[in-house]
Amino acid sequence: MTFRQRHLLGIEPLSPSEITCVLDLAESYVDLNRAVEKHGDALAGLTQVNMFFEASTRTQASFEIAGQRLGADVMNMAMQASSIKKGETLIDTALTLNAMHPDLLVVRHPHSGAVDLLAQKVTASVLNAGDGRHEHPTQALLDALTIRRAKGRLHRLTVAICGDIAHSRVARSNIWLLGKMESRIRLVGPPTLIPAGAADWGVEVCHDMAAGLADADVVMMLRLQRERMDGGFIPSEREYYHRYGLDAEKLGHAKDDAIVMHPGPMNRGVEIDGTIADDINRSVIQEQVEMGVAVRMAAMDLLARNLRAARAA
Amino acid sequence: MDLTFRDARLIDPETATERRGDLHVRAGRIVSDPPDGAEVIDCAGKCLAPGIVDLGVKVSEPGERHKESFRSAGRAAARGGVTTIVTRPDTDPAIDTPEVLEFVARRAQADAGVNVVPMAALTKGRAGAEMVEIGLLMDAGAAAFTDCDRVVADTRVLSRALTYARGLGALVVGHVQEPGLSRGAAATSGKFASLYGLPSVSPMAERMGLDRDISLLEMTGARYHADQITSARALPPLERAKANGLDITAGVGIHHLTLNEMDVSGYRTFFKLKPPLRSEEDRLAVVEAVATGLIDVISSMHTPQDEESKRLPFEEAASGAVGLETLLPAALRLVHAGHMDLATLWRALSLNPAKRLGLDAGTLVPGAPADLVLFDPHAPFLLDRFTLASKSKNTPFDGARMEGRVKGTWVGGRRVYPA
Repeated sequence: MTFRQRHLLGIEPLSPSEITCVLDLAESYVDLNRAVEKHGDALAGLTQVNMFFEASTRTQASFEIAGQRLGADVMNMAMQASSIKKGETLIDTALTLNAMHPDLLVVRHPHSGAVDLLAQKVTASVLNAGDGRHEHPTQALLDALTIRRAKGRLHRLTVAICGDIAHSRVARSNIWLLGKMESRIRLVGPPTLIPAGAADWGVEVCHDMAAGLADADVVMMLRLQRERMDGGFIPSEREYYHRYGLDAEKLGHAKDDAIVMHPGPMNRGVEIDGTIADDINRSVIQEQVEMGVAVRMAAMDLLARNLRAARAA
Repeated sequence: MDLTFRDARLIDPETATERRGDLHVRAGRIVSDPPDGAEVIDCAGKCLAPGIVDLGVKVSEPGERHKESFRSAGRAAARGGVTTIVTRPDTDPAIDTPEVLEFVARRAQADAGVNVVPMAALTKGRAGAEMVEIGLLMDAGAAAFTDCDRVVADTRVLSRALTYARGLGALVVGHVQEPGLSRGAAATSGKFASLYGLPSVSPMAERMGLDRDISLLEMTGARYHADQITSARALPPLERAKANGLDITAGVGIHHLTLNEMDVSGYRTFFKLKPPLRSEEDRLAVVEAVATGLIDVISSMHTPQDEESKRLPFEEAASGAVGLETLLPAALRLVHAGHMDLATLWRALSLNPAKRLGLDAGTLVPGAPADLVLFDPHAPFLLDRFTLASKSKNTPFDGARMEGRVKGTWVGGRRVYPA
């Protein structure tokens, strides 16, 4: 089983065996992360630069810890505050940075496709940490690892992805991944938050939580961006919570052993009830965060192996 | 300059025929009898057609000469068999006063080498609030009035401008995209745009825009041309409006006839257009509408953009593509694919736009100016964008296989290509 990618720009280009390859390696890093001594050397001597053109605390911290645990030299660049504000284009920034010879570039950008564009211009391996509404591959991989550990498999599961699908890169990456692994996907949300043409993706679309969650093995809630609430996508927070917020009653439609997931940060009382989020028998939200570090270590390790092999050749 | 084109395949959109024969030119005009001592050009069976009249070309003067000047646009036109360019006023500043129009006409006269017919803005600064001096601008040579892709959103402003324009017989060119629905869109909504996470607009926005403008035409009786009809849903209302006797015509850009939304894959910003590329079903419906004559005009919608405007994330990148030089070979794809014959194609490329603008051009009938293009419809080539004469190289056909090469272009009997 081999992982052949030069970059990790999305789930779309990955094969099922490449996905499994990342997850299997990540399992070993889960064990490492739980040990007292947490250091590996897979990235020793390599420079990892985190470029976040959009604010992030959790994802950036996760990538930073992952890089440091594997011995990389990690630098964070807060791009909102930097030269972008002075009118420098994305390409100029990429070329400037490229001249400093980073090996791994972790990039988040508010526009779809921006990370692909940047990857065309640099010699480093690029990891997409989220581009616009397009993809967030490490999130889908950490979700997959979490599901696999809880359910023992990724195929033939019924997964309900609920909420703001239209603006969510997490949803798109998960749809790619779960589709490739042959699970059944339902998208649940009000019609204004389901993208046009979603029914052609090979998924079921539901506008009602009871039908959408029926017999689900996994209930994946998405964050509702506050800025969408006054944009006319939904009438109000309380109506949204009433119809789509995950509470015990709605969760009752899913299987008894269904797990509840959320990519964070949560809006308690908007898309998810606080007691469900904290219920250790149902919620795997904290485990998702833990898996995030392991999956990112695995992804960077695999890309670094390919990078070293390419340079040796 | 007197000329005899010998043994040409003559494409005449006026009679909707083609025939093998000779064509004679005396003192810059087409004549029926061979002039004495004319220079003989052996066409060896290649196609000779009226030069293309390209309605809606952006030459970036004034304001952005680094993107395109009259000299570079004129060279691109000559190489592409375009003998008349009808320029857009979406420059910086907008062409909205007789003084700016006269400046443009003077620059064009000096540099372009092909015929240049300017259009003017419909509202001052293209701001959609106050109409321009339509009468004075017509006296200065404005062929039509348009705010280009900035839709006049205030319906009252547009209705008054149309009413006033009718009194002068002025042609108004509208962009029929409902502006509220289209705001911020970079792609056509559907499976494709949703998967790639691009903000998108339904093609229904086009029908809404067209429906509004048709209602205003019924109200005002103005002369009107819709710049780009690109979707199937907009065709029935267009057909009804024509059947009801409204003075309406419609155009379409060459890229919407030859490309579809899937071409954007990989976030290729050279394929970012306004309106965005449509589905394959829409493309085929619009091609059919050109073949039947429901859509009257094909243009290049030539829009030069420099590398900096295009080397950006898709949402941030500028819209538009250059097309003067690739219009002819791209349009020949419609003939090679069996959608229409050459005479039908040339009706949309030269005859109809010339007629709509009242220009003495677009036909091979004796008496017409000798604006001509000689081309080999089957000569294959691979397009390299860096060989284009335009200053801007933003063509979606870079690396594409094309069939059809211009062998020569004449404006008023004077050869402008090869120079």
